Amino acid sequence: MKEVGRITAQFPEGMQKSALLRVLHLAQAEFGWLSVPVMDYVARLLHLNPVEVYEVATFYSMYDTKPMGKVKLEVCRTGPCMIEGAERIVKYIEYKLGIKDSETTADGVFTLKTVECLGACGYAPMLQAGEKFHEHLTEAKVDELIEQYKANPVVNYMGM
Amino acid sequence: MARKLLLENAHIEGIHTYDVYRKNGGYRSVEKALKSMSPEDVVEEVKKSGLRGRGGAGFPTGMKWGFIAKPEGVPRHLLCNADESEPGTFKDRYLMEKIPHLLIEGMIVSSFALGANHSYIYIRGEYMYVLRILETAIAEAYANGWLGKNIMGSGFNLDLSVSPGAGAYICGEETALIESLEGKRGNPRMKPPFPAVRGLWQRPTVVNNVETIAAVVPIVNEGGDAYAQIGIGRSTGTKLISAGGNINKPGVYEIEMNITVEEFIYSDTYCGGIKNGKKLKACVPGGSSVPILPHYLVSKTAAGQDRLMTYESLSDGGFATGSMLGSGGFIVYDEDQCIVRNTWNFTRFYHHESCGQCSPCREGTGWMEKVLHRLENGHGKIEDIDLLWDIQRKIEGNTICPLGDAAAWPVASAIRHFREEFAWHVKEPKACLERNYGLVADRTFETVTA
Repeated sequence: MKEVGRITAQFPEGMQKSALLRVLHLAQAEFGWLSVPVMDYVARLLHLNPVEVYEVATFYSMYDTKPMGKVKLEVCRTGPCMIEGAERIVKYIEYKLGIKDSETTADGVFTLKTVECLGACGYAPMLQAGEKFHEHLTEAKVDELIEQYKANPVVNYMGM
Repeated sequence: MARKLLLENAHIEGIHTYDVYRKNGGYRSVEKALKSMSPEDVVEEVKKSGLRGRGGAGFPTGMKWGFIAKPEGVPRHLLCNADESEPGTFKDRYLMEKIPHLLIEGMIVSSFALGANHSYIYIRGEYMYVLRILETAIAEAYANGWLGKNIMGSGFNLDLSVSPGAGAYICGEETALIESLEGKRGNPRMKPPFPAVRGLWQRPTVVNNVETIAAVVPIVNEGGDAYAQIGIGRSTGTKLISAGGNINKPGVYEIEMNITVEEFIYSDTYCGGIKNGKKLKACVPGGSSVPILPHYLVSKTAAGQDRLMTYESLSDGGFATGSMLGSGGFIVYDEDQCIVRNTWNFTRFYHHESCGQCSPCREGTGWMEKVLHRLENGHGKIEDIDLLWDIQRKIEGNTICPLGDAAAWPVASAIRHFREEFAWHVKEPKACLERNYGLVADRTFETVTA
């Protein structure tokens, strides 16, 4: 709550709606995903109509309006990553975890998402887990990452 | 040895901290501007420097600043566009991560020039860790008196905040960025009114790219004329290029805008040549939106002159035989890359990122993605090539913002230069799934149809 106060204070009186995107990041970090009750709660915090929150939450690709695994593996699939083998990395993760793109493992630990350009084109292929960029991926590196997150399924989530 | 104005100190240990940055000459431009210059003087130096917007459009920065409306009693704002999302581009991330104080210093001087007392850096949500680097640096700048009230006793007040996006390429478009910063969906606005008149919260606003704002620092330090000495013609100063794709040394390079494309790709100072000893097939010199160049138009223009890393030379020949410097996202393709697959991939990106306001873009990008997908997967028809051409032509110029154009250009240029490769996907569907077209389309320039 203190953080919400700090964020809204960055904008002039009456312009608190500007804090919405960042507060939604906070809410998602706290609750894992943006359910309707969570979005309604954010609306009350910022004195907005619920629909103003829904329309923003559904527009931006980083907000999840469905439950997610504890660790989201977001693999970049755009041009420069593709030519450096992003598709192979996605296939490998699918094979390793037994899930497809946008699915969550049965134990609720991993969700695989393919995403558009994350600005790491020179260090391709790459994936993002929480705030962390994992670059120059190889199958061995993916193995390592999955082991690491299996043992400790905590990522430094966005918005904390 | 090429001069570096932005990244000169980027390699210094601890340069991201205030003390090291200050010791290496940081914040000199703020001292100079606030003590000995008027806001108009700063604008004048930027005009003299010939600095052009580094985000992609290349609009003269001094002129853009000159447009800002100054109605009595209405606050003005400077927004820094750090929403870098153009595929192939990662220079702003590098700059902010390595030397965050350079951006902050540029923000202070630029805000002073524009008379803005509260400025914002809008950064893409995926760069949350960079946001934290910036917030730490901003706190240091406040603690040392470079931000806040009455900076250095000059009477100038400035607050600086960072605000994240949440995963939308469109928010790099300036009016969409403003909408997003107001806490709304990133739908671009109709222009006019331009942001310089009615921008953030309907107040006069200037939106500049990270690299543009950082470049103001050396311009103020050394003077606009000195900056304009570097480069060729209207391409003055240095430019950050993010090099990626099939090259030996991907990364961010600061170049003086006078070197040749040949040197940039093959010299060991820069990309170091094509990876694995392969041949160059094509190059996208300015981010995914700009037209792709086939290998025979990369090093030389259609007129046979050396192609340079400048705004003018890269666009020499218009869209028929040229491209654009764009954001400096330089993507190199070797002989094993499939142009149809790459075009499909980019089109999927634009379809994903279209905000959906304008039907030509919302529907057209989806149609192009579908048609390209079936071509790439061996289900295409020969008419599909003309169909694609027709769709892209109907998107270009018919949308509120330039995302429509950005989606159309890669498709148009791929068909223009690699039509045979598209046709091959139809005629040899089995072969196209098993191997790539390679450099078969190694034609002489005369056969190119515009």
